[in-house]
Amino acid sequence: MSFYGVELSSRLLLGTARYPSPKVLVDAIKASEAQVVTVSLRREAGSERSGQGFWSIIRSLGVRVLPNTAGCHTAKEAVTTAHMARELFDTPWIKLEVIRDDETLQPDVFGLVEAAKVLNEDGFEVFPYTTEDLSVADRLVEAGCRVLMPWGAPIGSARGLNNAYGLKAMRAHFPDIPLVVDAGLGVPSHAAAAMELGYDAVLLNTAVAEAGDPVAMAKAFALAIEAGRMAFAARPLEPRDMAAPSTPVFGMAALGG
Amino acid sequence: MRIFVNGDQHDIEPATLALALDALGYGGKKIATAVNGRFVAAPARPKVELNDGDKIEVVAPMQGG
Repeated sequence: MSFYGVELSSRLLLGTARYPSPKVLVDAIKASEAQVVTVSLRREAGSERSGQGFWSIIRSLGVRVLPNTAGCHTAKEAVTTAHMARELFDTPWIKLEVIRDDETLQPDVFGLVEAAKVLNEDGFEVFPYTTEDLSVADRLVEAGCRVLMPWGAPIGSARGLNNAYGLKAMRAHFPDIPLVVDAGLGVPSHAAAAMELGYDAVLLNTAVAEAGDPVAMAKAFALAIEAGRMAFAARPLEPRDMAAPSTPVFGMAALGG
Repeated sequence: MRIFVNGDQHDIEPATLALALDALGYGGKKIATAVNGRFVAAPARPKVELNDGDKIEVVAPMQGG
């Protein structure tokens, strides 16, 4: 699997927020075997060191970072944040989030397309956090995005794949664009389901960070993603309306008298 | 001259962005900056003269999802 020409063996992208401690964060990233972690940027006072400490931890892990524009409500804010992230993290990758509403954290797809155009023209490699809407996805691809990241469910909701049909249609519509289910997953079976649909990868954070044992959950997600991908490659059965006996009926003994 | 850094008011002598950041304790830190909503790249900070009322944002790496 590759994103913008970067080959990756792990199909799990892991967020770095909300872990109970830096040690648990480090252990969870290691257990997940993720090669890409998401990061963000926030205000820091001259006297504070927390951001610097966090950055040292991430650098020590040798993983690739995908900075986000979380919290941005307009295309302009997202573009400025992306520029700051590119300099700070020294990467053209940006997880582009433009949020309409703090209650639902639903993507503002209009602002998203607007920001994606500007950023792609400016040399960024954009990972847009979007919905499963195919028209929006088409616009994002037209704008130059070579990865799409539709939501599974609202951020942090742990509901899984709210619209599996829509995600399946998206896979069929974009056979050659890497697709990542981003957000809303709660348990490893949700991630396996995304992979069974043929998605290339899964991005999650809260489901691991706020689990009772984040390190074990990170490993569980990694295994589920591997299993789901293997199942997709093995071409699963389509659901049927009627029963079909698994044991052959030919050659059955005639015992009816 | 009055400037706002991350929303907090500071009274400083007229200065460039680079000098103001040093004076506020940001010297040597991994940060990115914007002035009045516009990104200012690190190499440009010594050339940006601040004006009264400027709003400066200084951000650092943070955990994110």
